[in-house]
Amino acid sequence: MADKITLTIDNQPVTVAPGTTILKAAEQIGVKIPTICYHDYCTANGLCRICVVEVEGSRTLVPACIGKVSEGMKVQTHTERVETSRRTILEMLASSVDLSEAPDIQEYIVEYHADTARFPEAEERQPSVIDDNPMFIRDYAKCILCWRCVQVCADDAQYTYAINFTGRGYETQIGTFFNKSLPETTCVFCGQCVGVCPTGALKPKREWLLQNGFSQNEIMELTRSQRKQHTRREVPVANKVEQE
Amino acid sequence: MENIDLTPLLPVLEKYSPQGQTALLPALQDAQEIYGYVPEQAAIEISKGLRVPLAEIHGVLEFYSLLYNKPVGKTVVHVCTDPACAMAGAESLLKVMNRKLEFHVEKGERLPSITVEKAPCLGLCEHAPALMVQGKPVAPGTSDTWEDIVAGKTHLARPSISGDIAILTAGCNQGKPTELAGYIKMNGYAALQKALQMTPQSVIAEVKASGLVGRGGAAFPTGVKWEGAANTPMEPKYVVCNADEAEPGTFKDRIMMENMPHRILEGIIIAAYAIGANKGYMYIRGEYLVPYQVMNHAVEEARQAGYLGKNILGSGFDFDLELRRGAGAYVCGEETALFESIEGKRGFPRVKPPFPTTHGLFGKPTVINNVETLCNVPFILLEGASGYRKIGTEKSPGPKLFCLSGDVEKPGLYEVPFGVTFRHLLEDLAGGVRHGKKMKAALFGGAAGAFAIEKDLDVRLTFEDLRSAGLPLGSGVITVFDETRDMKDICLRLAHFFADESCGKCFPCQIGTQRQYEILQRVMQGDTLPGDMERLRDIGQTMTDSSICGLGQTAGLAIASATRLWPELFQPQ
Ligand SMILES: Cc1cc2nc3c(=O)[nH]c(=O)nc-3n(C[C@H](O)[C@H](O)[C@H](O)COP(=O)(O)O)c2cc1C
Ligand code: SF4
Ligand code: SF4
Ligand code: FES
Ligand code: FES
Repeated sequence: MADKITLTIDNQPVTVAPGTTILKAAEQIGVKIPTICYHDYCTANGLCRICVVEVEGSRTLVPACIGKVSEGMKVQTHTERVETSRRTILEMLASSVDLSEAPDIQEYIVEYHADTARFPEAEERQPSVIDDNPMFIRDYAKCILCWRCVQVCADDAQYTYAINFTGRGYETQIGTFFNKSLPETTCVFCGQCVGVCPTGALKPKREWLLQNGFSQNEIMELTRSQRKQHTRREVPVANKVEQE
Repeated sequence: MENIDLTPLLPVLEKYSPQGQTALLPALQDAQEIYGYVPEQAAIEISKGLRVPLAEIHGVLEFYSLLYNKPVGKTVVHVCTDPACAMAGAESLLKVMNRKLEFHVEKGERLPSITVEKAPCLGLCEHAPALMVQGKPVAPGTSDTWEDIVAGKTHLARPSISGDIAILTAGCNQGKPTELAGYIKMNGYAALQKALQMTPQSVIAEVKASGLVGRGGAAFPTGVKWEGAANTPMEPKYVVCNADEAEPGTFKDRIMMENMPHRILEGIIIAAYAIGANKGYMYIRGEYLVPYQVMNHAVEEARQAGYLGKNILGSGFDFDLELRRGAGAYVCGEETALFESIEGKRGFPRVKPPFPTTHGLFGKPTVINNVETLCNVPFILLEGASGYRKIGTEKSPGPKLFCLSGDVEKPGLYEVPFGVTFRHLLEDLAGGVRHGKKMKAALFGGAAGAFAIEKDLDVRLTFEDLRSAGLPLGSGVITVFDETRDMKDICLRLAHFFADESCGKCFPCQIGTQRQYEILQRVMQGDTLPGDMERLRDIGQTMTDSSICGLGQTAGLAIASATRLWPELFQPQ
């Protein structure tokens, strides 16, 4: 295999190592491609498809975050077809979940002139906040299903396998074995998932309580009693502290 | 947590533990067989036995619609509400089934004895309206009572199998499976004997020269696929037979399995020999209990007779086949989702490339072929590529199975050479539109297809002619609608199908199928909003261009074709 590959992105030539993704090749020449689900330290699954680009000769658009370069490839990153997909994906996302704490997506919405009210009468995903442990809350009404949390909990980092999926299709939700509370699972509260969540769906408990108008002292009180419950594992924590 | 007796589960665990995660679906299915559902405790034991994390087992249970993590009725009834059955009165049947509920008392609790579920196409379209009672296909006549139906007493008429030729369907009209002895009488396994005397390379060369392309929908050249896997320098290699047939309107693979299981096996074994695979899988749709039983018996027979196992027919070639049952997910017909399912995971399609011929099942070089594709193989070996090419057209050689259902006089399976016209199939073979009505439309290629209208009647059924007519051949499904049918209702059902079956992995399809369904609901109720046509267009284009797999890529096609043919239906009133 050749040790260098030359392609063009938006008519600019670029030379990169084989195995490079279109996304990384574009970065090298300063071409910006939007990404949502992609994260440098997580397995890329090509879920959100916001990064799609047009590749000459390809029937469908190609996700830049996983699409590999090839010799002589011709890539266009901002054609009308590309923009339609990106805009529609953003509009559909906005009709499904609460994006108020997803700053990157908000920026894309402006950049792509996405109409957040494009889909009237759409069924939103609005599960209630799960507050079942002293460390963080899970507000899946904000979850875009980027899978990062599931992956860092599993083979991407922690090998703990506490969370997975409930349901499928539009009804998919991040969940635990038989919907148990996190303290009843293998979760070790490493916080890796909170760290990679791009939408505020996973949030440190403190931050969430502050946002909800609790004072520092009240927060200390609240989380202390929960921490105790947590250490006494035999007490099923879930039902007692689940709020809303 | 409920207290259950774990003793009956022990043999299941013992059987599957050595296999690990790949045995997850079979283990859960066996547990469900024992308890009626998969209780939490059983899931925990399976987790320990197979060394699969609990959360992952939860994910799997939640993915497959035929796996239950809560108690269900002792009798589970699935009523198909997809187009062919809907037109035959599925909704009234559903009402009838729901009219009565029976209860029984267990441990002091009053539990429903019957669970009635709406189901996607059950692959029984020629018997519409169809339902399944505990996996047993039932096509109730008008005089059947609720009790008869629930008891599974009503009988199923023999499927109609005919056509211009009988190559793939030769011997299929006995009304029962052809056993090994019968198959051998009709020169069965002679192609395998012949193949085993050839080199694998020349078997591949013959298949390549025949021009056979895949019948599962993607029409990929079979010989090229085999060559790709054979040439990948990695061991082991696998052969997989895709029998997950679930495209609404399709039932051809079911009929082949139920009637001529050994023809499929022979095709699989030849494929294995050609690429050098010693292990194969056949993944049979979960709803297809009867075909599974027939195939299971055939595999046993073939093993006994030395067609499967070690040193097949003294050739030194070893090959064995494992049957797997799906668990209720259309997307698992997609080849990479099917691999994930065999590996014991949620049926999420993988990103391609890499392709199965280099990175398939368990990451190994794999050939995956449709049932019908493999049924062509023995004939090709016996007649040679040139004999095969005498049938059909230059660019579409060979015989083809078509599944006709909906408003036709004689719904059923038809075998024809490629190149006959749609009119010939519909009028000469299937007796025309039912009750002498006119045809409004015909859906080609199933839910993932497009609508044909009267002007398309004379189109020749070949890949090349259909492509230029803008119609997909798909897997050979044609559902016919007479002039009285409401196409909005049909589109709504297709939209519902995709919303139900999207795996949810990629955003365009996960959300797009749901929004498309919502808009179709408005259209159906006469509440269409200004801009809905444009919304459908953008959703459809985005799904087609940007979804990961063929499900999303085709989920808007039929509806897009309807908006072009009947734009007035999609305008605000
Ligand atoms: C959503 C979806 C469902 C599919 N279902 C089936 C199926 O039930 N049976 C089948 O043979 N192929 C099905 N396919 C096509 C397979 O991915 C694959 O192309 C086929 O099994 C290859 O075999 P062939 O080359 O013999 O056609 C499906 C594809 C998609 C995208
Ligand atoms: S909770 Fe956050 S990290 Fe997890 S899938 Fe949802 S958005 Fe992604
Ligand atoms: S196109 Fe649909 S079915 Fe296929 S991967 Fe995406 S969400 Fe899943
Ligand atoms: S960033 Fe590429 S698919 Fe999400
Ligand atoms: S069985 Fe009902 S449409 Fe196929």
